[in-house]
Amino acid sequence: MLIRKPADIPSSEITPPEVWRARRTFIQGAALGVGAAALAPLGAVAAAYPRPGEDEPLTPREFVTGYNNFYEFGTDKGDPAAHAHRLRTRPWSVVVDGECARPGEIGIEDILSGFDQQERIYRLRCVEAWSMVIPWLGFPLGELLARFEPTSRARYVAFETLFDPEQMPGQRRRVLDWPYREGLRIDEAMHPLTLLATGLYGETLPNQNGAPLRLVVPWKYGFKSIKSIVRIRFTAEQPPATWNRMQPDEYGFYANVNPAVDHPRWSQKSHRMIGGGWLAKRRETLPFNGYAEEVAGLYAGMDLRRFY
Amino acid sequence: MTGRDWVAWAKPGVFLLCLLPLALTLAQGLGGGLALGANPVETLLHRSGLWTLRMLLLTLALTPLSRALGRPWPIRLRRMLGLFAFFYGMLHLLVYLWLDRALDWPVIVEDLTERPYIIVGMVALVLMSVLALTSTRGWQRRLRRNWKRLHRVVYLIAVLGVLHFLWLVKADLREPLIYAVILGVLLALRLPWGRWRRAWTQSAQSAPAVARRSASSSR
Ligand code: HEM
Repeated sequence: MLIRKPADIPSSEITPPEVWRARRTFIQGAALGVGAAALAPLGAVAAAYPRPGEDEPLTPREFVTGYNNFYEFGTDKGDPAAHAHRLRTRPWSVVVDGECARPGEIGIEDILSGFDQQERIYRLRCVEAWSMVIPWLGFPLGELLARFEPTSRARYVAFETLFDPEQMPGQRRRVLDWPYREGLRIDEAMHPLTLLATGLYGETLPNQNGAPLRLVVPWKYGFKSIKSIVRIRFTAEQPPATWNRMQPDEYGFYANVNPAVDHPRWSQKSHRMIGGGWLAKRRETLPFNGYAEEVAGLYAGMDLRRFY
Repeated sequence: MTGRDWVAWAKPGVFLLCLLPLALTLAQGLGGGLALGANPVETLLHRSGLWTLRMLLLTLALTPLSRALGRPWPIRLRRMLGLFAFFYGMLHLLVYLWLDRALDWPVIVEDLTERPYIIVGMVALVLMSVLALTSTRGWQRRLRRNWKRLHRVVYLIAVLGVLHFLWLVKADLREPLIYAVILGVLLALRLPWGRWRRAWTQSAQSAPAVARRSASSSR
């Protein structure tokens, strides 16, 4: 491994422990199913999310929808746009179970009507050292999770993508260990920045971007933001994650954007913003993709070189 | 028309054909718009790398082709195609250094010393430079029999090129494996199958004789 420097987040960027601890107890309250009243402030925190800067324009829609990784439709970045029309997003439902008081299934219509859909302009940093700025539509994952009343044993949340080689022709070859799986720690999952996206650019999520429901965790590499989710499970143990299982030295479970921890085959210190043309300068990659103030506290005391 | 005239006539055409990938790419790049895709630098890097490898494999295909046809003309295109492989290799390096890494030397040095797939590519390119430099008549004469030995390094270069490709992909090995198979075939064609077959048939013919002999002696 080519990890040398410790994560050098300026101390000013780290949320004071009191603040994040307060946030955590509040979030855990929500996690324990305190009720709808508790969710209102969650929305309030969410509304104050940090927006990308002046010099980070939205990535043109045709790139957001025409250049991405979604191996279920093929390994080329043009494959998702070319093949995702095969995906049927209705009817669609998500099974939520595991360590929770009210396991069940929720239909996509209920998800769309039951949660306040907000626009969130987030940076997306791919592990391949490119980035986009995307206006998502969605709502905090925590709002959905709270409805199923996770118990105190729920320390992680596991996610699973649809497996159906008829609709997802990329799954006919075992490039990855299907179905695609990802996981978050419960506090990451309940964090107000963590979004369940149902749309982008003000419209329904295009199939190739993970319709009808996908995760968006803006401070982690893109592969954590699992697409076309059919199952969510609360677990006591760290759940398996597809890329992490396949190449553990290259893709960590946490996969927080971290310029100090290189991918063994390329540097993560900088990235290229899609849409800048062929003379676009590389940009410096920021710890937690620029969201350190909001999320660094989640990892206080953790050695981010070890838990990359 | 003699074979020789034909090749002399065809050479400029082959030359232009070899420039076609570059010309198309330049047209797409300068034409603006989205012809080079969402990530033009990546497109340029990948295209130049692919054409380096393709030109190398084409170069390696000429000797077997000449043998199969029983004609010498493919051999006479060998130097040109080899030099085009080097040319695209240089473009690949230029795209990497200038467009991809923006001449950020500390990062480049890190890449060139720490990332196995880049090291392998660099070794291949350095060796290609040596072959390109010594590709002239003058060097051929000066090195005499050693020239042939030196230029056998091209096999190593091609293997390193394929290895570079295999090591840089994330999960889907299909494309580099196709190149690996083609290279495997081109290398296998160079093995002395004829001699082995003769040796094999000879031993097969002599085997019954041995058997007979041993059978008779036991009587
Ligand atoms: C100093 C020498 C070299 C450097 C620094 C270099 C660097 C690179 C880089 C950075 C990539 C893109 C990796 C990625 O997208 O993750 C690449 C791709 C590639 N390179 Fe090189 N390379 C070198 C030499 C060579 C040589 C000599 C060959 C051929 C014999 C070659 C063939 C390729 C191919 C086929 C690809 C992949 C194209 C694709 O994915 O479609 N490279 N190289």
